[in-house]
Amino acid sequence: MAVETKTIAAAPGDTEMLISGSEACAEALALADIDVVTAYPIRPYDTVMQAIAKKIANGKLVAEYIVAEGEHSQFEIVKHASTVGARVFCGSSGVGWMYAMECLTVTPPLRVPMVAMVGNRALDDPGAFGVEHNDALVVRDLGWMLIWVDTAQEMLDTALLAYRIAEDRRVFLPIAISADGAFLTHSQALVQVPTKAKVDRFLPKYDRGDLQLHPDNPITVAPQANEDWVIEIRRQNNEAMTRAYTVIEEAYADFRKVFGRGPDNPWFEEYMTADAEVILMGMGTISLPLKVGIRNMRAQGKKVGLIRPRWFRPFPTEKMVAALSRASAIGVIDRDYSFGSPFGSGVVANEVRAALYNADKRPPLLSFIGGLGGREVTLEDVYKTADMCFAAATAGKSDLKTHWLGVRE
Amino acid sequence: MAEVFTNATQVLQGFKGVKKVSVEEYFTSGHRTCQGCESALVMRLMIKAAGPRTIVLGATGCMYVANTTYYTTPWVVPWMHTQLGSSGSAALGTAAGLKALMKKGRMKAEPINVIAFCGDGGGADMGLGAISATLTHKEYNCLILLYDNESYANTDIQASGSTPYGANTTFSPPGSVKRIMHNRWKKNTAGMLAAGHPECRYVATVDASYAVDMMNKVRKALSIGGPTFIHSFDPCPKGWDFDPMLSHELGELAVETGIFPLYEVEDGVVRHYGKTRAIAEGRPRKPVREYLLKQGRFAHFTEEDLDYFQAKVDEMWEKWEIPGVIPFWKEKRPAVPMP
Repeated sequence: MAVETKTIAAAPGDTEMLISGSEACAEALALADIDVVTAYPIRPYDTVMQAIAKKIANGKLVAEYIVAEGEHSQFEIVKHASTVGARVFCGSSGVGWMYAMECLTVTPPLRVPMVAMVGNRALDDPGAFGVEHNDALVVRDLGWMLIWVDTAQEMLDTALLAYRIAEDRRVFLPIAISADGAFLTHSQALVQVPTKAKVDRFLPKYDRGDLQLHPDNPITVAPQANEDWVIEIRRQNNEAMTRAYTVIEEAYADFRKVFGRGPDNPWFEEYMTADAEVILMGMGTISLPLKVGIRNMRAQGKKVGLIRPRWFRPFPTEKMVAALSRASAIGVIDRDYSFGSPFGSGVVANEVRAALYNADKRPPLLSFIGGLGGREVTLEDVYKTADMCFAAATAGKSDLKTHWLGVRE
Repeated sequence: MAEVFTNATQVLQGFKGVKKVSVEEYFTSGHRTCQGCESALVMRLMIKAAGPRTIVLGATGCMYVANTTYYTTPWVVPWMHTQLGSSGSAALGTAAGLKALMKKGRMKAEPINVIAFCGDGGGADMGLGAISATLTHKEYNCLILLYDNESYANTDIQASGSTPYGANTTFSPPGSVKRIMHNRWKKNTAGMLAAGHPECRYVATVDASYAVDMMNKVRKALSIGGPTFIHSFDPCPKGWDFDPMLSHELGELAVETGIFPLYEVEDGVVRHYGKTRAIAEGRPRKPVREYLLKQGRFAHFTEEDLDYFQAKVDEMWEKWEIPGVIPFWKEKRPAVPMP
């Protein structure tokens, strides 16, 4: 079930390439034939823009490539290009994403199906290139669909899926694909790159329909609505996000048919969870130390498994609850922080707690914060986490604290 | 060397006199701007000059909030809001989207005007960087029009970088200890953008009190190719505190006193036009007090303030490298003491 842990057989016509997560994203963008892309440098996401620039320079992609003067303009330019009917791509990292915040805010209510890549990076200050998830998570309430990927292959596949889902008229919301800085953006792996013919079968052209801004369709977009209409418009956004559940399921099913790969469960990856007493959770590339640790613990007879959430928005509440309810204890490792939050927990832990609140079976949930700023999450961290979860399972309750992993004190 | 690919522009010849101006209106009823609002007139003339095959993007400001209340849009052409600092990005993104789709054969290839407007807050302050960037992207046809009513007029009349020296705004109220709270000289926005973007083919200043000239500058900006910039001077009865019937007259006085020079920079050539041309050629300017004292925002001015204002305007015409346009001095610049 886990795409990461087995070699994927190349489908006929596919090309196998040794490329990084960012380069895999660029391969998908060329296959999706994007029309307008805007670049601005910030590590680590900017490697995707470098890869796209090469593709355009070498005639592998025809698109308007605009070097913006800041992230605010970067996101505004593609937002407007999308309203006239262009398929667009953008991205950023860390404080660059925050610099674009105003534009990130207006993109979902304008129903602009932009696809963006976030090369997750710690926010300033102090400066750090390494991964934290707070950058992408900052838009979690605003109508952005958010997904975390783990491998270069999953990045390529998800970028194709993202256009299909975002541009579905039932949804028309932007998607941000999160890739852990360095661990994924810069790490190379073997990736199966599909043919253009297959992608064309899977991904229809972007059709903005009667929302297209054009002299033949003289509409007024985003007038001043005030209290008279704003709540109805927010409600429409919410309904679009709700419809995305179905659209995502459909898109993954079609993806499997066309490409012969991809997960049965779009929402999260399950690893050795079938009989797991303890389920550990973490988003993105933290799955690597978790999986290795789990295999080692399994060898000692400890029944541990992993759930790696992909889609954070929309959040797969029922499916997640069903999967977690099987366990005797849950340990969530957040690669983010939320100072002053309930129990001082990270964002994912509190989200999972909220999802479980009305569940018939609520296993004790332990909250951990680790790997901040790109710090390595070690096997010792994983063992310690699992052991605490086993203790909580025996006690039948959680300590309701948040444990920071690997902090010098 | 490969040519830079640019979409064709519309060919919009200048209107030869007011009787030749199109009678079609594309900015009609449905807005709720103030009586005497020159910016609303600028919108009407701008789109009349551009015609129906135009997309208009409007940055946050009076001409967004007062113009486009949900269900009562005055725009006959497609119109879209953009963020306060995004007029440059909106113009660029829209033009790039059209170009990509036409190049790939997914949209009928035809000249479509793209105009993004912004106020002085959105243009001279927050959006200046984005406008500057757009003026360097020579392969995209678009016009950015800054309507300058010299304050953040929609949010309650706050001082901007384009507010004139000493003006009473809600961020610069004259008080018992400080008479002059706003002591900054107005930014030279059009001159700065013309000087700073040598490949931008057209920058102009306009004043709707001279309506035909104004429309013809818009038509030239849309026809010449590449990104262009127009700065319009818009008397604002609410923000400047004058009787709405004086809007047109104040627009004329700003030019006749030399405070707001009318010029265009076309392919690098500077040309004063209208009454500014006569001033540049030596015709006496009207004293600035004739303009200032008609407005409540300068009611607290003393004789010293009026003298200071006059001296600074005199410099524009007597000392600047290119009078009224480029503020480089041929000699060392003496400090003019503020009153």
